[in-house]
Amino acid sequence: MHAKHHGATRRELLLGSGALFAWAFVPKLARAEGRDPRFLTIVLRGALDGLATVAPVGDPDWIKLRGDNALRLDGATPALPLDGFFALNRAMPNFHRLYQGGQAIVVHAVATPYRERSHFDGQDVLQTGYTQAGRADSGWLNRALASLEPDETARTGTNRGRAYAVGPATPLVVRGPAPVLSWAPARLPPVSDDTTMRLLDLYRHTDPALARVIEDRIDLAGLMPGSSQNRGVSDNSPVVQVGGINQARAYFTEVAGAAAQFLAKPDGPRVGALALDGWDTHYNEGIVGGRLSVLLGALDGALAAIETNMGNAWKETVVTLITEFGRTARINGTAGTDHGTATVALLVGGALKGGRVIADWPGVKASNLFENRDLMATTDLRAVLKGLLRDHLRVQDRALATVIFPDSEGVKPIEGCLA
Amino acid sequence: MLPDPRNAALALHRFGFGPRPGTIAAIASDPQGALVAELDQPNAGKVSDIGLWSSGTANRNAFEFNAARLARQRLAARREAVAKEADATLVADKLAVATPPAPRPQNPARENFFREAQVHYDAAVTAEIGLVERLVWFWSNHFCVSADDTVMAGAYEREAIRPHVLGRFADMLLAAESHPAMLIYLNNASSIGPDSVAGINRNRGINENLGREILELHTLGVRSGYKQDDVISLAKAITGWTIYDTATTPDHGGEFLYFPRMHEPGRETVLGKVYDDTGIEQGRAVLADLARHPATAEHVTIKLARHFIADDPPPALIEALKKTFLDTDGDLLQVSKALVMAPESWSPTQAKIKHPSEWMVTYIRAAGFTRGEAHRLVPALNRLGEPLWRPAAPKGFGDGNDDWLDGVGHRLDTANAIAQNNEDRLDPKAMLETSLGPLASAETRSTVDRAETKQQAITLLLMAPEMQRR
Repeated sequence: MHAKHHGATRRELLLGSGALFAWAFVPKLARAEGRDPRFLTIVLRGALDGLATVAPVGDPDWIKLRGDNALRLDGATPALPLDGFFALNRAMPNFHRLYQGGQAIVVHAVATPYRERSHFDGQDVLQTGYTQAGRADSGWLNRALASLEPDETARTGTNRGRAYAVGPATPLVVRGPAPVLSWAPARLPPVSDDTTMRLLDLYRHTDPALARVIEDRIDLAGLMPGSSQNRGVSDNSPVVQVGGINQARAYFTEVAGAAAQFLAKPDGPRVGALALDGWDTHYNEGIVGGRLSVLLGALDGALAAIETNMGNAWKETVVTLITEFGRTARINGTAGTDHGTATVALLVGGALKGGRVIADWPGVKASNLFENRDLMATTDLRAVLKGLLRDHLRVQDRALATVIFPDSEGVKPIEGCLA
Repeated sequence: MLPDPRNAALALHRFGFGPRPGTIAAIASDPQGALVAELDQPNAGKVSDIGLWSSGTANRNAFEFNAARLARQRLAARREAVAKEADATLVADKLAVATPPAPRPQNPARENFFREAQVHYDAAVTAEIGLVERLVWFWSNHFCVSADDTVMAGAYEREAIRPHVLGRFADMLLAAESHPAMLIYLNNASSIGPDSVAGINRNRGINENLGREILELHTLGVRSGYKQDDVISLAKAITGWTIYDTATTPDHGGEFLYFPRMHEPGRETVLGKVYDDTGIEQGRAVLADLARHPATAEHVTIKLARHFIADDPPPALIEALKKTFLDTDGDLLQVSKALVMAPESWSPTQAKIKHPSEWMVTYIRAAGFTRGEAHRLVPALNRLGEPLWRPAAPKGFGDGNDDWLDGVGHRLDTANAIAQNNEDRLDPKAMLETSLGPLASAETRSTVDRAETKQQAITLLLMAPEMQRR
């Protein structure tokens, strides 16, 4: 990618995506309050393990649940304490710093209304804002923008009111009637280690000749040690080695940093979305010092890039990190976790009243788990998003309950996330 | 052939370019019959040449463009020399008012290449099954030329290969060896009989390149018993097979010319048979005999079976193809039918790795697209090691699994990029049913089903063994 340190010109955006729509407005009500809010949504596709990101170290059943894979405050690699009950994966020092500075919020035991375990359907519900999959081709963020009344008098740039998508494909959450600018890095993102490992697994079961080609490629990339005993998925050593770490970290930082550069521009777009993949940690999850910790570290680096590149606009920024569902509460037979239910939503930004974990904690005792396997969902993700959209962008309650998150009259927006 | 629901999908992958939406069902009742029907279609192998340049036109247009470019360059050099002689103090002023160079005109040969490439890919993407186009690609590679050496590579395929792909091998052999693209590529256009009038007057001699490759690659095959003397005799027999000079014959430049003044006089002996000097007919007579030689039958039918069926094809299959070839005097329609009707051609194992180009067309068809843009396919296949009409050597692109296996890792990068860029318009589950259906293994199905993202699902489907192999 060629990082643009002064944002995208119209021409750059055209070159980057081939999609540009002539439509603009500024949120009128927020403007009337003298604010100029920025809102960025990051979709973590693949289902983030919320319990490996923010762990209930104060829950008496916690260590029993996850054993050696449990984040804990003692031991060789202690987690980062948040509020005495919850602790953060130590791969995320930037998030921890923001939390301590009142600019980050953790919402835990949170989930969309979706209660099955398909990635595609889960991502569909997460991004459309509907209660079931397959109901819409537009995202809640786009419809939220479409519902806002434009402030024509404040129009100073052509990009201002448009949603903004970063990455090779426009995330569903920003697709819809409101025009979308999109921008893709010139460099293609690398094939993820996860995709490579899945392909290798398929080839090992069906096609040894092709499997050898992929094994050689992995060896070449230095993704894992060359000795053959390290190739089995039952091996507990982390799958991802230095090459993969640097690739994920560089790509996350690039796309998130680029998004922030564009959102920070005085005449740039105000609302954006991007998707970061790789969270489907079925085997060798690597909660501490392994694959997941690498990805969380890359994500943490991306948050730092956003904060830096937002500059003065950071104080008016809210970033939400959301995922389709969580993962099983217990570790599975291959040192990973399978598709689950509740997880975390992470919020960062200078506009937040942060330094808090928002959770109606269900507990992780076996009898408290959803279907005796997943963290129980006690907070509706829509409540979080409705609160942010209402308080930050001044989206109207009526639109939130009908058009943006249909059939959500009973889901009350969470109050007081904004400073 | 035993009825097996997988055979329709297998037929499309093994003998065609992979299924398009609905094609598995369309041929399910009789896959072999559908393949034979495609071979029997009137005009099979033909493409419209509307808007395309003949080899002669391509050659002349490229020549005119290059000549004009050379003139511009010489003119610029001349002006520069004049400027240098001027007073040094004036140079800065001269530079300041210098007119910027005119925009570079589009190279007509390059544009023509992409037009030809588009026709080439369109025929494969839109074919019902694609067996005839696979045969076109096979024979085009067997009698390959290189676009690095001639602007006529696309025209060559249409003019020398397509008309004969279901005709007689002898006719294709003659059309290929006497085509201007081949005469330039393997240097016969400048090969002169040493005892010919031109040879004596210009003190020049033969270039045996084409003569050798006819024997080694196009007909008998390497180590099939011919000697160096046979190479030289054949090369002499085809002296005078050249092209009109483009610089001096604007109407016919680049077209085939038999030029008696360059032809080596006298008899030639090839493989023990004496050929009288009958001018252009001498070389034709040698080629006609080579075309029906048993070694040629063996060489090309093994190659055909290797391409479609397995690196080590079943001996019974080779025997059947060879017998058909010899019994029918090299009737390629009958040989092709024998290939698809042979029980040995229907092993459920997909033994062969597809060429990158076949795999790319398989993807386009699986997606239900009706066109693959040549401007995207050409660079993609350059990266995947199979640049269109640009083999590294006259032997053409290799056809063994070892030739393509190592590049499968690059295909993963390509598949990932395809999935990234086309996520919105691709449905991996629909593509799986379209392209594999009953051929999909349980492992492939579950791998695609369990993918973390749609993008990953697309990537993994495109990389599935059943998509990579045929």
